[in-house]
Amino acid sequence: MTADTAPAVAPGPAAAGPGARPGRPRHSTLRSARDWAGLLPFGVYVGLGLILPTIAIIIGAFQTDDGAWTLSNINTALHGVYLHGLEVSLELSVITAIIPGIIGFLIAYAIFTARRGSMLRRVTITASGTFANFGGVPLAFLFIATLGTTGIATGWLSAIGLNPYDHGFNLYTFSGVALVYMYFQIPLMVLVILPSLEGLRPAWREATSNLGASSWQYWRYVGGPVLMPAFLGCVLLLFGSALSAYATAQALTSGSIPLTSIQIGSFLNGNVLAGQTNVGKALALLMVLIIAVAMSLYALAQRRAAKWLQ
Amino acid sequence: MAAVVGQQLAGELAPVPPRVRTGAIRRFPYWRWIILVIAGLYFALPLYAGFRFAGISSFPSVASQEGFSAAFTLSLRLAAITTVLTLVLMVPTVIWVHLRLPKVRRIMETITILPIVIPPVVLILGVLEVSPAQLKASANLLALLYVVLAMPFAYRALDAGLRALDLKTLVEASNSLGGGMGTTLWRIILPNLRTALLSATVLTVALVLGEFTMASLDQYQTFPVWIVAFDQTSGPISVAASLAALIVTWIVLMLISMIGGRGGRGGRGAGATLFSVARREPPGGS
Repeated sequence: MTADTAPAVAPGPAAAGPGARPGRPRHSTLRSARDWAGLLPFGVYVGLGLILPTIAIIIGAFQTDDGAWTLSNINTALHGVYLHGLEVSLELSVITAIIPGIIGFLIAYAIFTARRGSMLRRVTITASGTFANFGGVPLAFLFIATLGTTGIATGWLSAIGLNPYDHGFNLYTFSGVALVYMYFQIPLMVLVILPSLEGLRPAWREATSNLGASSWQYWRYVGGPVLMPAFLGCVLLLFGSALSAYATAQALTSGSIPLTSIQIGSFLNGNVLAGQTNVGKALALLMVLIIAVAMSLYALAQRRAAKWLQ
Repeated sequence: MAAVVGQQLAGELAPVPPRVRTGAIRRFPYWRWIILVIAGLYFALPLYAGFRFAGISSFPSVASQEGFSAAFTLSLRLAAITTVLTLVLMVPTVIWVHLRLPKVRRIMETITILPIVIPPVVLILGVLEVSPAQLKASANLLALLYVVLAMPFAYRALDAGLRALDLKTLVEASNSLGGGMGTTLWRIILPNLRTALLSATVLTVALVLGEFTMASLDQYQTFPVWIVAFDQTSGPISVAASLAALIVTWIVLMLISMIGGRGGRGGRGAGATLFSVARREPPGGS
């Protein structure tokens, strides 16, 4: 390994050779080029696996079945059932981002204050990792066994005269889907907010305490403002996660409530009217746009959060 | 898991005797338990209902059902390919970022979070559009896509594991003792990252064994797709299969966190599991 590039650990693929030696001024540019080259495999993979498919969708959204340019797909996607689907999707995602966001935060804070390495912490964090990935049909099954018309909890509640189905609840409609989504949204929130909580320094708490502040004042003037950007960022993430959920709602309602992700899925399954093949892509494009806005805000929030937390 | 971080912190916190009344922290446990109990009920109830519905006798018979072994084998194969690819791609990348491009970390965090929010339906739609026909005809396409889906979890586990290490010092020490890059990676960094690697692996495997959307839309009968299809034949066995998958994942994660929490140096990457992040850079690290 050439000695002049001092702490050179990893020889960057080709660049480690004589090229790095002569000019001191060029040295740093070369080295930074080499540093960036190390990201190439990852970049290429993300490019092919994530960016390219997205671009293909964006292009397809503006084409007819024969490949001519058109705006009619977008137009269709913004009217009628599809517009309604978008509205319901957004509504569902907002609700299942905010409520689980708050609950998840409280749980994360509760275990954050528990002794480190304690069983409680361990169980909660590993459970969060497991449940955050649990969704789809198996989850729908479990809830049908619990709160379906003949479910266990439904039975218990009816026994005390509170049959949820008499009070506007139905597992197979909006309220039911929202309740089921929380099953993976809350654990996801616990997982993503915990690192930020770990960034809260005990010294801040002690300092406010020494200055005579109450717990409320600590949260109002120190903890709350410091955590707020991180919290909002995580809620945006939950929003995206809810928006992209497909299998759970599909299994639970068989498509009876209109959600954009399910509508896109039905295009893939071939349930399409002639001449509308690319409407699915237009819907996908709209989703990507919504996600892009949410993620930009997320990045912004992360940057604000980083000021204090990391 | 956070136990290691815990150990470092324990030193700082230990002098404070537990009985000292530090502001509201003492009063807290009261509502902490209320929240945890309610949450516990919400999460346990459906599991209980599932067990009741499936019945104990369904569990042993899952493996002997028609189609199970084909579907499970396919899922295991995909899990193996995905895990190897994910580790080969992500481990060097994350180490590289930590060593050479610490400034890029925030960008990496944002990029790797994308697969959580980009809808799988959208992704598979685009992928089927651009991928060459040969690839489309093979189930391996799914493995390639699962690598993308696994990134959020793999990246965070590895990143957290590396943060808990004083990577620069380790690498410099290894170099000054004559270790080349390969030696440093194999004999210094990877052993220190054991727990992080383990949790990245488990999360990846769990993801592959549970992924339904892409597999079903790409029309391959993986384990989750089989579970759904088999529901037509026997509901209880379907539910038993999904419960078994869930609980096995959880137990394995628990085991990892116990191993990681147990101690000494080996556990250093343990702060790692999942999204949990180690405390802070050691002083001097940027």
